[in-house]
Amino acid sequence: MEERTGDDRPQLPPPSLWPVGFAVGIVCLLVGLIVSWPVAAVGAGIALVFGFLWAREVATGREPTLPAEGGPPATDGAPPIPADQGEAAMPAPEPGERFPRSKFLEGATLGLGAIIGAIATLPALGFALVPGFVKQKAHKVDLGPVTDFKENDWKVVTFIRDPRQGEVSRRTAFVRNNGLLDGTPSFTIISNRCAHVGCPVQPGGPVFAKQGKTIKTTNGNVDITPVLPAAGFICPCHGGSYDQEGNRIAGPPVRGLDRYEFDIVDGRLVLGNLYSVAKVEGSGKTAKIEKFELQGPGQPVAGAESWMYPLQPPH
Amino acid sequence: MATTQTRSGMKGAALYPLDWLEERSGLVGGIRYFLFRKVPGDSGWWHTLGSATLTAFLVQLVTGVILAMYYKPSPAEAHESVQHITNDLWGGWLVRGMHRWGASVFIILMFMHMGRVFLFGAYKYPRELNWIVGVLLLATGLFEGLTGYLLPYDQTAYWATVVAININGTAPFVGPYLASVLRGGAEIGPDTLARFYSIHMLLVPGALIGLIGLHLYLVVRLGVSSPPWSRTAADREPEPKPPPVRSGMVTPAPRPAGVRRRPSE
Repeated sequence: MEERTGDDRPQLPPPSLWPVGFAVGIVCLLVGLIVSWPVAAVGAGIALVFGFLWAREVATGREPTLPAEGGPPATDGAPPIPADQGEAAMPAPEPGERFPRSKFLEGATLGLGAIIGAIATLPALGFALVPGFVKQKAHKVDLGPVTDFKENDWKVVTFIRDPRQGEVSRRTAFVRNNGLLDGTPSFTIISNRCAHVGCPVQPGGPVFAKQGKTIKTTNGNVDITPVLPAAGFICPCHGGSYDQEGNRIAGPPVRGLDRYEFDIVDGRLVLGNLYSVAKVEGSGKTAKIEKFELQGPGQPVAGAESWMYPLQPPH
Repeated sequence: MATTQTRSGMKGAALYPLDWLEERSGLVGGIRYFLFRKVPGDSGWWHTLGSATLTAFLVQLVTGVILAMYYKPSPAEAHESVQHITNDLWGGWLVRGMHRWGASVFIILMFMHMGRVFLFGAYKYPRELNWIVGVLLLATGLFEGLTGYLLPYDQTAYWATVVAININGTAPFVGPYLASVLRGGAEIGPDTLARFYSIHMLLVPGALIGLIGLHLYLVVRLGVSSPPWSRTAADREPEPKPPPVRSGMVTPAPRPAGVRRRPSE
């Protein structure tokens, strides 16, 4: 083990506010990358200005705080050589010169290296992160003729959400025909993803697999199986349970089950986007649903805790 | 080794390649410096946990590279290719088994190594930075475990990953974005599997190798710490060694004073 040299005192840089500004700029830049380009530009500007101020302070302000060691360089007792004799030394710097050429070259090399590195890295980083946030539109899914869904009966339906992705995008929903409301069919369509951490909830009652059928649509095969969720829906992972409207009854979920929007097109039931639900009052076609933009499982949509999730990714 | 004296005879001929390499690179001396450095006399088996962790990591590295030759990271083929590796390919069950169980061994050894360093107080000055690097290694290693868990693409893998990503999603403020970055989209899809595969076999192992290099550099530079019960480290006399046990069977027992030799001897 090498012997440690120098003094033991930690050499702390003087307190400085510039790093705070720099950090704010970086945060602004990152948020801006997702939210809007002007914000990103402002963030980049702030980060650059404060980064420069910080670097300048570190470069200039720190040296004098170091304790001077050993005093002036020793002359070994020899008399100083007169300036007009002996070997020619480096020319003395100009009196006003504060940034010598070598410093400039050093900075230029490092700076150019950083710029080249950024040009090479940033597009790759963007390619890794951005595609997950754009063009993620959900697709409309044709679930077949409305007549396949008998009034007041539950069906468990599996369908392919995005034909380009294939079977991996197969999702499950519980569908109930509520009968006519103001002349148009009303449906309750509940997603099977638990609002705790996203496991698939199971119906609390029998599934009549033998009476199931498969229909072909433009989106691929849709399986429709009668089911009787008499006790609502129950999650096998951590025991979250819900009533038939998807309201939480017990267990760890923070809200009710998500629902699908739907449309009736030429007598066929067409599934739309998912939305989150805080609470459902009543049931069936007269239910009053407190509707929210879709959020991930485990994120409350109403109440004080929902303040922890103010920004949802622009999917 | 540093000497350039020519060796003679058979020994010289045998060691010539090493001398050749040493003269041009200094690598032989470097490796000797790394492997045969001095450690405290009272370091023991507890100090081998770090090397054991490194060995487990190297096993993961080698078996992982070989598994990547047969694994297909697409939702339609992933599960089938894993079954193919396990059931059809020669030695596949062994290499996959080593990788699967070795992953747990690696994580467990990391925690044991961490516990040893903590209980021995080996994280104290001047080794704080190495503790920090070690914690980063732990986090990176756990992330490696998370991303590797999806790859068999069976029901357990799929739903465990759904749950893990959604738990990440519940982090305040940044959670929803974090989950989208992990999934590579709004839903788990084909991109998620390929993304996890890339992270698991390129990104995180690269980070691990870099951090392990830094970790080892600091170990070599700062040296191994003595155990907390070390008397030499505390500038005290080393504990007196117990007198050697003499049975009298192998070496003759010392004769009591005053007993004379028999004439026959």
